Amino acid sequence: MPLGTRTISSAFGALALSAAALLSSSQWAGAQESTDPIKLTLHDWTGQLITTQIMGEVLKKAGYSVDYVQADYLAQFAGLETGDLDVAMEMWETTGRDAMDAATATGKVENFGPTGMKAKEEWWFPEYMKEKCPGLPNWEALKDEKCAEAFSTAETAPKGRYLGGPVTWGGFDDERVEALNLPFEVIHAGTDAALFAELESAYQRKAPILLWIYAPHWAPAKYKGEWIEFPEYTKECYTDPKWGSNPDAQYDCGKPHGEIWKVGWAGVKDKWPGAHKAIKAFTLDNDEMGQMITKVDLDGKKVDDVVAEWMGGNEARWSEWIKK
Amino acid sequence: MGAAHLTAWFAALAIFVLLWQFGEPISKWAFDYPKAWQIPLARWISDAMKWLVNEASFGLFTFTDLTRFIADIVNLPYRLALSLLSTGFLSGQGSSAVQILPPLSWIAVIAVVTLIGYHAGGRRLAAIVAICFGFLAVFGQWQSAMVTLASILVAVPLGVVGGLLLGIAAYRWPRFETALTPILDLMQTIPVFAYLVPILFLFGFGPTAAIVATLIYAMPPMTRITVMALRAVPSEFRDLGNMIGCTRRQMTWRVLVPSAKDSLMVGVNQVIMLSLNMVIIASMIGAGGLGFDVLAALRRLDIGAGLEAGLAIVALAIALDRLSQAYAARAGAPVAPASTGGLVARHPYTVAAVAVILVTGVAGLILPAVQTYPDALKLSTGSFWSNVVGWINVNFFDTFEAVKNAVLLNILIPFKRLLGGLPWLGVTGMLAFAGWRLGGLKLAAIVGVLAFLIAATGQWEKAMITTYLCGISVIFAALLGIPIGILSAERARLWSWVRVIIDTLQTLPSFVYLMPAVMLFRVGDFTAMIAVVAYSIAPAIRYTVHGLMKVDPRLIEAGRAMGCTPFQILTKIKLKLALPEIMLGLNQTIMFALSMLVITALVGTRDLGQEVYIALTKADTGRGLVAGFAVAFIAIIADRLISSGAARTKARLGLV
Repeated sequence: MPLGTRTISSAFGALALSAAALLSSSQWAGAQESTDPIKLTLHDWTGQLITTQIMGEVLKKAGYSVDYVQADYLAQFAGLETGDLDVAMEMWETTGRDAMDAATATGKVENFGPTGMKAKEEWWFPEYMKEKCPGLPNWEALKDEKCAEAFSTAETAPKGRYLGGPVTWGGFDDERVEALNLPFEVIHAGTDAALFAELESAYQRKAPILLWIYAPHWAPAKYKGEWIEFPEYTKECYTDPKWGSNPDAQYDCGKPHGEIWKVGWAGVKDKWPGAHKAIKAFTLDNDEMGQMITKVDLDGKKVDDVVAEWMGGNEARWSEWIKK
Repeated sequence: MGAAHLTAWFAALAIFVLLWQFGEPISKWAFDYPKAWQIPLARWISDAMKWLVNEASFGLFTFTDLTRFIADIVNLPYRLALSLLSTGFLSGQGSSAVQILPPLSWIAVIAVVTLIGYHAGGRRLAAIVAICFGFLAVFGQWQSAMVTLASILVAVPLGVVGGLLLGIAAYRWPRFETALTPILDLMQTIPVFAYLVPILFLFGFGPTAAIVATLIYAMPPMTRITVMALRAVPSEFRDLGNMIGCTRRQMTWRVLVPSAKDSLMVGVNQVIMLSLNMVIIASMIGAGGLGFDVLAALRRLDIGAGLEAGLAIVALAIALDRLSQAYAARAGAPVAPASTGGLVARHPYTVAAVAVILVTGVAGLILPAVQTYPDALKLSTGSFWSNVVGWINVNFFDTFEAVKNAVLLNILIPFKRLLGGLPWLGVTGMLAFAGWRLGGLKLAAIVGVLAFLIAATGQWEKAMITTYLCGISVIFAALLGIPIGILSAERARLWSWVRVIIDTLQTLPSFVYLMPAVMLFRVGDFTAMIAVVAYSIAPAIRYTVHGLMKVDPRLIEAGRAMGCTPFQILTKIKLKLALPEIMLGLNQTIMFALSMLVITALVGTRDLGQEVYIALTKADTGRGLVAGFAVAFIAIIADRLISSGAARTKARLGLV
């Protein structure tokens, strides 16, 4: 679009917005903001749909026009850099850090701060495995050969089989097995759906399984089980070999808890300053999110209804985010 | 085949085995391509891409402006289709938009497609189409299905017309064909994930980029088939055209294209199928629709919901395919003289369709159930399919595990080890030698250079894993597919069933059966192989049937008259004459198998597909495309060697 038309159209936009604002007696009257819809990305897991739709609803209450665009978690950065997409509400420290860093380095993508939710990721086992491996959830129980064998399959025996996340997630599990001297072989699932398909399969048969699970997610709510308790993560553990039980290796501890970030197109700040503020102010916590995910994925409620319920119950909170 | 020929093969093989067995201590570099010699192609591509996106300019406008302009143009028909089918005509944007006109109601859409079906193929087709679309409404897939349909309605005509034009151009100018063939191979075999990132930068994020990606992937078969079909037009037709003084244009459009119609329709079918196949990936870059539903359902392991959304894609595919086939069949039939009389008499279908749209449109304003299918009447299989898979899992897992382990330990792993241990230098040399024996020095050069490039860009190890996985899968697919094709070619009833099954396999997103397969077989190569075989068996069957059906009945009659047994007729006449088509089918099977690499990466294989996937997650254009090129090179090597081998065989059999 040539520059001239853009100015004119945004002038019209400002007029239309202030007219709309007068009618709806919203607090945004007179703000120099674009009326273009703010494009929020939707991914394919429930928690993200909920987070995004809550943000969308809040922005709508503030008088913004909102558009939801379905986009791949990682491919979306191409859109966020050019401004084809505006906001991505969940970028996990643990899985999206590289892509996020690459994008923010271009200066075209901005980190809108933490969502308040923390990603927990760790090795996890179903409860019935405690019988075969009594020392769990303490990680040292895994060192026992009998215990490792209980987790083994034909391909890995006599070593135990640990199903790690897709290689793209990183996570240093191969290094961890090495550093802690665990008799386990790391098999990488290609995708998160495959990870949980294996869990479902094993759980149905009460068969042994040890795998990477993360929260907030429906799986820890649906299946009874526990996280392995590794030595608590510290920064030094990942950087300094001397730290921890193995003096010659890094990664002799558990996984870090990561922030879940909000990111978006750097132009949001100028185009919709009020929305920018609201997005930065947005926070939720793990418990709330866990409950909402359970309602959708396990109780079969609709995302829309769960979001509406949250909006109804937390008016004081979200109106604070959009206060001028 | 002379003695000299055999000796040459033995000599080459002997050198190869010597190098393989005893070469490692002397020449380590022949086994592991030294890092220092690597060509930094990935970096070059990434830099070139950056330049293209940020700086390339034609003076008045930049390259990105151009691609964005194209995107805007494609966006117009898409918006129109989407408004008509899904969103309604809106004023304004985003959530503040106001609907001016509602979209077509579900009753109207079903009525219109049924009328089209009736018009094209009578009552039977009308019923098929109505059932397919009815399925979408009844199973609650309507909204998403209409979004998907809108993008298909834009992508398929573009793909068919584009493919046809390219094909005609290639037919006319052999030089153009020489240039085009490798590009087609690249388009069809570079995994979509490899060029997704650049496409998103150039065409913007959203349905348009998805349509562009779909076109790149779905157009090549149309072009290939066009060339082949035009070549197959009997020369009498061309002579006739020349005799009656056709211009070139008339010759093309009045003589060649209409006479090649049957084969061209196979191409249309493939464009539709491949476009629908892209629905999942398209949904990842903003197209939404059914693909998104499939992904989301499987992420929460709701197998039933995933299957329903997947079958909705199949229903769309079947309806669209049968409609296009029927229209093709009709186009050949003589046109009834235009009846005189009123508007209704002249255009009964159009009038009926408009009437239904108007009536339901108005009625929909009063009765919401007319506009959108009422929730209360929706059906769902609920947890039925999850329970079925669960039941199989609990009762038969051990059996499956035993079978899997047997295949894995006796076939897959030894083959993988074998390929992994071969020296790249030896393999490259062997391939070049095969190229030389089969097609001469030029082929040897092509094959050798491509194989060398795979090693030189540091992809050799992953390429070998890819070759192993796809190779095994193609062998299984051919061993199963060609006999099924032979059986179905003779039995119309069986063929109609097989067709439904292979259409389903080709359009049902592999994700739908991949997750149950993971539950039963765990992540790994075996599960990947199942997915690849299920997908790539379709062309093996389809082309075999098509080839056998095309055999001239007079030749079969002649064989019968000479006292051939049915088995002799099959082996001595039919299969020989159908060989070119079967080879094309095999070629396509390889291409399809390679195109599944993206999916196999999702169940944890460590091949080029995974490399592409990692590159996507890091938004690394260069790395992705380099791995993508390696996939394409494998495909091209296989294709060229097979084609030359087939051509030699044909020449020996006296078929040419």
